[in-house]
Amino acid sequence: MKVRTMKRHLREGVKNIFRNGWMTIASVGAVTVTLILVAAFLALMLNLNHMADKVEEDVVIKVFIDVTADDAQIKTLGDQIDEIDQVDAVSFSSKDDELKALIDSMGEEGKTWKMFQQDNPLNHAYIVKAKNPTDTKLIAEQIQQMKSVENITYGEDVVQRLFEFNNYARLIGLALIVGLVFTAIFLISNTIKLTIMARSKEIGIMKLVGATNGFIRWPFFIEGMLLGVLGSVIPITALLTGYHYILSNLASKITIRFVELLPFNPFAWQLSLLILLIGALIGIWGSVMSVRKFLKV
Amino acid sequence: MILMNDVYKTYANGVTALNGISINIDQGEFAYIVGPSGAGKSTFIKLMYREVKPTSGSIIINDTDMSDLSERKVPQLRRNIGVVFQDFKLLPKLSVYENIAFALEVIEETPRNIRKRVMEVLDLVGLKNKARFLPDELSGGEQQRVSIARAIVNHPKIVIADEPTGNLDPETSREIMRVFDEINSRGTTIIMATHSKEIVNTIKKRVIAIENGLIVRDEDRGEYGYES
Repeated sequence: MKVRTMKRHLREGVKNIFRNGWMTIASVGAVTVTLILVAAFLALMLNLNHMADKVEEDVVIKVFIDVTADDAQIKTLGDQIDEIDQVDAVSFSSKDDELKALIDSMGEEGKTWKMFQQDNPLNHAYIVKAKNPTDTKLIAEQIQQMKSVENITYGEDVVQRLFEFNNYARLIGLALIVGLVFTAIFLISNTIKLTIMARSKEIGIMKLVGATNGFIRWPFFIEGMLLGVLGSVIPITALLTGYHYILSNLASKITIRFVELLPFNPFAWQLSLLILLIGALIGIWGSVMSVRKFLKV
Repeated sequence: MILMNDVYKTYANGVTALNGISINIDQGEFAYIVGPSGAGKSTFIKLMYREVKPTSGSIIINDTDMSDLSERKVPQLRRNIGVVFQDFKLLPKLSVYENIAFALEVIEETPRNIRKRVMEVLDLVGLKNKARFLPDELSGGEQQRVSIARAIVNHPKIVIADEPTGNLDPETSREIMRVFDEINSRGTTIIMATHSKEIVNTIKKRVIAIENGLIVRDEDRGEYGYES
């Protein structure tokens, strides 16, 4: 294809947007409505997922070391834990560190614990983090078998239930988004199909004059892309302003630690780009698929 | 040059439109296709620009064998054949100029040549001053002249017209026929299906009569031969 032909297709695609008047508005409207839904859902699901990740990341295994173990044994235990495949990081926390953390966590009342500083009854501990939080139970079971281990805590029941809940939540979220995107594609390609149906006669005429299928399809391709991009303008604006509003108002009021929303930059921009892409792709897809059946003249 | 040999056409619904047509039309000829409605005229015309494919038989147009013409080559064929229809078939949202230019954009002609060539044919059909109009803003006769201009703009060897005067009054029809005559005098083959007794009997040309899917009469400078 020659450059001037490509230019011609671009020009025609843009002109068609105006030539088709309210049909353009109908298609852009359909894209807008569905993309708003998709954007809202994506923002919600990605944030929930982010929160779930945060909670999971906080899950650590605490290995309390037998008080009788000497330094060499403690070191060996540390190496052994480190050798487990699923383990991401092992850090040593001496009994003094443990006591300090305990005192800090108790606030005012913690001061009474200070008397134990002379004769610390706590154990040394290893704090183990899994590469993948869902492997926590597996790792804990392995460490349990090792020497010099007195006790292990990782919030067994709570953690397991949390993981299960998170997995279901993710699956449902994914299913909803996929469903929504398909509904969007269906709705939009139907609207675009209507606008193209009205032009089926024109497509037939073009073929009689000797236009190839590609020649006819290109302007529709560009028109579809433009419809999708135009349709994503309002959803993106709404997403950016809405997310900004939520972040500045809601986030400051809720102070539960793990309820932490994704930061505006880059999240809101990335999501906007994704919405733009989805819009353009749906527009192109709807347009090109609808033209296809009228090309057989 | 158009060469048909023993062409049959049966549509998917079982209707047999053509029952063994053989014909030879030389370059530069002007031929009327006449016959009652439903006799197979339209099918005969449509075969030539490959809107329908023959069930059997061979068709050769401008040295191209249509029977082994792949779907991809069809646009190529149509660029060498101008078509004119009773209902004009103009693109309603494009101006007169753009409608004609479309046939040249399709063959990736340079903008410079497009401009030159479109103005030439507009001059030929006498519509130079209406280039910016939309088809709807023109009379039937003017619209038909635009569609003729589009048909001839890329110098096809053959122009096929399916009842080009069917929607026009006698005076406008005569104007259109003058345009066709002019095109023919420049060496372009013209095949025209028509129901107009007046035209066939006054502008004498070759007459091919089709009835029941067969050629029943083929004579130079013939008469229409039916009561209109």
